[in-house]
Amino acid sequence: MIIDTHLSETAEVLIKSICTRYKHDKHELINVLHEIQHHLGYLPEDVQQAIANELKIPVAKVYGVVTFYSFFTMTPKGKYNISICLGTACYVRGGELILEEFKRRLNIGVGETSADGLFSLNSIRCVGACGLAPVVTVGNKVYGRVTPQQVRRIIDEYIKIEEELEIAP
Amino acid sequence: MARNYIFVCGGIGCRAMESEQLKKNLQREVILRGLSDEVQVVTTGCFGFCEKGPLVKILPDNTFYVQVTPEDAGELVYQHFIKKQKLERLLYIHPETQQRVTEARDMDFYKKQFRIALRNCGIIDPENIEEYIARDGYAALAKCLTEMTPESVIDTVKKSGLRGRGGGGFSTGLKWEITRRSPGDEKYVVCNADEGDPGAFMDRSLLEGDPHSIIEAMIICGYSIGADKGLVYIRAEYPLAIKRLQKALQQAEEAGLLGKNILGINFNFSIDIRLGAGAFVCGEETALIHSMEGCRGEPTYKPPFPSVEGYMGKPTNVNNVETFANIPVIINKGADWFSNIGTEKSKGTKVFALAGKINNVGLIEVPMGTTLREIVFDIGGGIKDGKKFKAVQTGGPSGGCLGEQFLDTPIDYDNLIEAGSMMGSGGMIVLDEDDCMVSIAKFYLEFTLHESCGKCAPCRIGNKRLHEMLEKITKGKGEKDDLKKLKALATVIKETSLCGLGQTSPNPVLSTMQNFYDEYKAHVYEKTCPAKQCKDLITFSIIEENCTGCTLCLRNCPVEAITGEKGKVHEIHQDVCIRCGICFSKCKFDAIFVE
Repeated sequence: MIIDTHLSETAEVLIKSICTRYKHDKHELINVLHEIQHHLGYLPEDVQQAIANELKIPVAKVYGVVTFYSFFTMTPKGKYNISICLGTACYVRGGELILEEFKRRLNIGVGETSADGLFSLNSIRCVGACGLAPVVTVGNKVYGRVTPQQVRRIIDEYIKIEEELEIAP
Repeated sequence: MARNYIFVCGGIGCRAMESEQLKKNLQREVILRGLSDEVQVVTTGCFGFCEKGPLVKILPDNTFYVQVTPEDAGELVYQHFIKKQKLERLLYIHPETQQRVTEARDMDFYKKQFRIALRNCGIIDPENIEEYIARDGYAALAKCLTEMTPESVIDTVKKSGLRGRGGGGFSTGLKWEITRRSPGDEKYVVCNADEGDPGAFMDRSLLEGDPHSIIEAMIICGYSIGADKGLVYIRAEYPLAIKRLQKALQQAEEAGLLGKNILGINFNFSIDIRLGAGAFVCGEETALIHSMEGCRGEPTYKPPFPSVEGYMGKPTNVNNVETFANIPVIINKGADWFSNIGTEKSKGTKVFALAGKINNVGLIEVPMGTTLREIVFDIGGGIKDGKKFKAVQTGGPSGGCLGEQFLDTPIDYDNLIEAGSMMGSGGMIVLDEDDCMVSIAKFYLEFTLHESCGKCAPCRIGNKRLHEMLEKITKGKGEKDDLKKLKALATVIKETSLCGLGQTSPNPVLSTMQNFYDEYKAHVYEKTCPAKQCKDLITFSIIEENCTGCTLCLRNCPVEAITGEKGKVHEIHQDVCIRCGICFSKCKFDAIFVE
């Protein structure tokens, strides 16, 4: 896959408009990053440079913030983002086994995206649904009381959706 | 106006089990049955009893239905409102008497609870300000602004004995007083809703279930300390709480409770939301303030405390969500009423997120001084699957594990610290005989390692070394001196780290060493894991005389480590086995042995 390093015009317009809405206030950097990541999916270097220019702060500062917070990412996520909760409640009810099984089945590590760009794997800390532990989320969908045997079925569910999309005209 | 209400729990646990679809189905059924004028379906905040979700409560008769699926909607509406009978099969079954229980107040889970902070959760529609007002909402604010001076408000809060519910336990009234006295042309009120403790969802449930109580308390705080600006710092991981809070802010503004000249007096106050971005250390107040300023959330040395020099260098009062939720009640009912609840030094109640190996997972609120035994066995309904209780972990990554000997200790700030743990924000994880305490300590250290901001060496490097030692021990490679080294290093980190995160990070190690030293010794000297959890120290094998050759384990093994023909004794190949334990949990004939 070749990643286009040039910022597209739409991205540039987006960054400008979001920064303008926040009055180019450098203290709003985190809110600005949230919104831009929401639209673009991730925050590559050239995007960070553009934000730095808009807010009139060094790009090092933007980079420092992006890398400090786990919510921000510099690499694109897969189409289906699988998050395994490793909060304590999920951990003691076997969350780690579930994570291992996902790693094994998808052949990727935490924070990585599968080669076909379909799945990325994350561990998260408590979604607050401890009654359903262990919990896995895929996008906005929550799977509760997940067993290692269920892991394959969850993955297959999305592979099936993809296959149907391909068949559909 | 409708005479009957169907309340559907809108907490995260119930939503994950399709409570939104359930609500839609109920609404449809109500319309189809021609009951629209009589019955109204409402989404509320968390009822607390997450284990049995999705939950439905019907008013005014107080019927409490559990584990209601979207498919149950038709039968529920027909049975309850047309036939006017309870739908028996969806009522809670008392675990001991096996009787159906119709009302929440008769369930053991709710009996010993006392709700102050959670008073409105599951009772009002959080997206409707009028329902909050109908339950004395904003009455405390009106009382403060029209009858009380800022000093007398602070005095009341001080007298109530309320202490910070975020974990620190500092006197809330005193904090307000210091901020009021600090010179500054501008001051800020900050609500800390950066609930990062893994396994805790108190603040989330409060913001989702009763956002107006937080807003009201923040305005009262602003009036008392002389601030006209409030900020809520909330985790980006809580989209529903953010949405409800935004809506509540808008409603409060429209009602003239936020903005200029509130309630006609010369006092202005506005509230903004600031999003976190996934950093546990931002729960520490100095780090939180840096994060709100758009910087990396690194803590700084105290003093100066935020009360003197905080957001944008101005005096800033930072309180936790649950702390704020208590304020309106204290103003309405008085300091004496509040200080009569609880223990000598810890007044009022505490909300806990009860989870782990327990029958009744959920959100509870109990008076300070309640014992762990009451929480675990009476409210929590005891340990899952009849297993043996081992410990309760309180205080999250900053806290510790309390074993059986502490079951009768009344819970308050000071007792928990004395027992080697801490109150923390209120996460309470119950562990059973299958949990390895060394692994639990390692689990929390992994969390700290990941979340350490890296600013000071003891936390950044010390915890890494501590984790390596634990890794070694759980792999069966521990040496004689390791336990001594572990303790020495943990103590150094505790004494020399810069902020609260680092200073408390070795607590899980120290407390498990203090209370479960035998388990550490078993790992190091005997190279065994008594809980049979550490993968490098266990093997699974087949007990030939019990194996019927049913092939169930073989079919379920994810790595094909089991071979054997149907009807014949199977074999587990140790070189392939990943020790996931699935075969052990699947076998119906006790034919799998773990050692």
